[in-house]
Amino acid sequence: MTNNEGIALEARSLSVWYGEFLALRNIHLAFKRNKVTALIGPSGCGKSTLLRCFNRMNDLIPSAKVEGQVIFEGRDLYSSKIDPTEMRSRIGMVFQKPNPFPKSISANVGFGLRINGYTGDVKEAIERSLRQAALWNEVKDRLNDGALTLSGGQQQRLCIARALAVEPEIILMDEPASALDPMATLAIEDLIRNLSEHYTIVIVTHNMQQAARVSDETAFLMVHEDRSGYLVEHGATQRIFTNPEDERTEAYITGRFS
Amino acid sequence: MTNNRKDQFNQKLRLRKGIAKAFYFIFLLSILIGIGGLLLLLIQVLIEGLPWLSLHFLTDYPSRHPEQAGLKSALMGTIWIMTLTGLFTVPIGVSAAIYLEEYAPKNWSTQILEINLSNLAGVPSIVYGLLGLAVFVQLMSLGRTVLAGSLTLSLLVLPIVILASRESIRAVPSYYKEAAFALGADKWQVIKGVVLPVAFPGILTGTILAMSRAIGEAAPVIAISALVYLTFVPSSPLDRFTVLPIQIFNWVSRPQEDFQGLAAAGIIVLLTILLSMNAIAIYLRDKYQGKSAE
Repeated sequence: MTNNEGIALEARSLSVWYGEFLALRNIHLAFKRNKVTALIGPSGCGKSTLLRCFNRMNDLIPSAKVEGQVIFEGRDLYSSKIDPTEMRSRIGMVFQKPNPFPKSISANVGFGLRINGYTGDVKEAIERSLRQAALWNEVKDRLNDGALTLSGGQQQRLCIARALAVEPEIILMDEPASALDPMATLAIEDLIRNLSEHYTIVIVTHNMQQAARVSDETAFLMVHEDRSGYLVEHGATQRIFTNPEDERTEAYITGRFS
Repeated sequence: MTNNRKDQFNQKLRLRKGIAKAFYFIFLLSILIGIGGLLLLLIQVLIEGLPWLSLHFLTDYPSRHPEQAGLKSALMGTIWIMTLTGLFTVPIGVSAAIYLEEYAPKNWSTQILEINLSNLAGVPSIVYGLLGLAVFVQLMSLGRTVLAGSLTLSLLVLPIVILASRESIRAVPSYYKEAAFALGADKWQVIKGVVLPVAFPGILTGTILAMSRAIGEAAPVIAISALVYLTFVPSSPLDRFTVLPIQIFNWVSRPQEDFQGLAAAGIIVLLTILLSMNAIAIYLRDKYQGKSAE
């Protein structure tokens, strides 16, 4: 049950139900280490549901049931031996709407450090994370101000810094720029490109230009007639956007349906 | 065309405007009746009570001579009762609310619990007084003490505190909780680090309002403490006590004119305490909400 060299995370025969409703059907998908993989597809195709399987966020929804495996470092995330709390600190998440806590900027970044019992220099770790998230220069003089005083784009970069602080190996991003203006979106996209040097990133986006700009690999999902989502095609972003194998992928990326 | 339109519609503009205006005056009148009644009450109390209000009124014990009478024992009793009631209610109420919102399974047994909780909040206070008399005073042999009184009032306000705390906990947006879980927080860390701080202003306001209800309650305390005439201040939870509403009731029930004035002065003191507690609740809520909205 080990991953291939260069694979950071892998879904095997993954299906998700919400009660009786099959939301995701039998997904096989591997994510390469230190690459950005974009999940694209029409609304309702289950891309966010898939993303939330990778840090067991679906556990929080009582009716959700996951079948199949997600392999991370040779172990199945859904095996009973895995502690979701420990696992989540290693697979970070950034949400669609910027959701900093109503606390100070430094308390936001320090939150994960504190709850995970960080033994190093907290101040230094906060600065390092804010620098990584390209936010340090804008906030270094007001670390004790409320996080909600920041602009939307800054708040989202703060959320990224907050996720980075606990030093995850993988970062899951659920349409991280969809609530932001174009300038803030560009800043986030630059950041994602830079972060991929050190992190494996999975990003859900409904914006195909964004997928083309930021990702190395793209996975295209679609909705079946019974409203369940399934994987159509996965490969290098370059190839998916220029020479897709499946005609449905081509139809989607050329905007014939959305 | 225009002629045709006139035939088809009978707009009755004047009548409609008249009805609109009539409703405006009905609503205005309703609020004036409410405020007017309150004002009348206040003015009446102020006219009767103000001449009797003085420093010695607060620092002297009750007396047979109206000009020497004060409500020190009742004031201190109220403070004692409030402090203990708060100490009992806040930890239990908030914990119960956390359990119901965050831990309890959503099934029929918790639903019954919830319905009963709402019903309890509406039970007449004298019922709690009789319960307290039977359980705390007699069964547990606490006697007619501060402890028995505050335990009884705790039972009375507990449902209110639980309901208010639940409301505020439920209002905490789920995206805060998700963010904390995604950082590797466990359930208690999410509650302590995110849910409670965000819910705090609401819990605080609800608690203070529940306390101010307890302060004004006379019926259950009369059942516990009886209509006593005390000339000492309780020095421990096991002392006898009296509270402001009882002292006021005591004065009102006397035939002499002067004691009516004393009662009115007592009401002014009680109202001042109530209004300041409500003001503190509003202030704290605004302060913390402002802080979290920054």
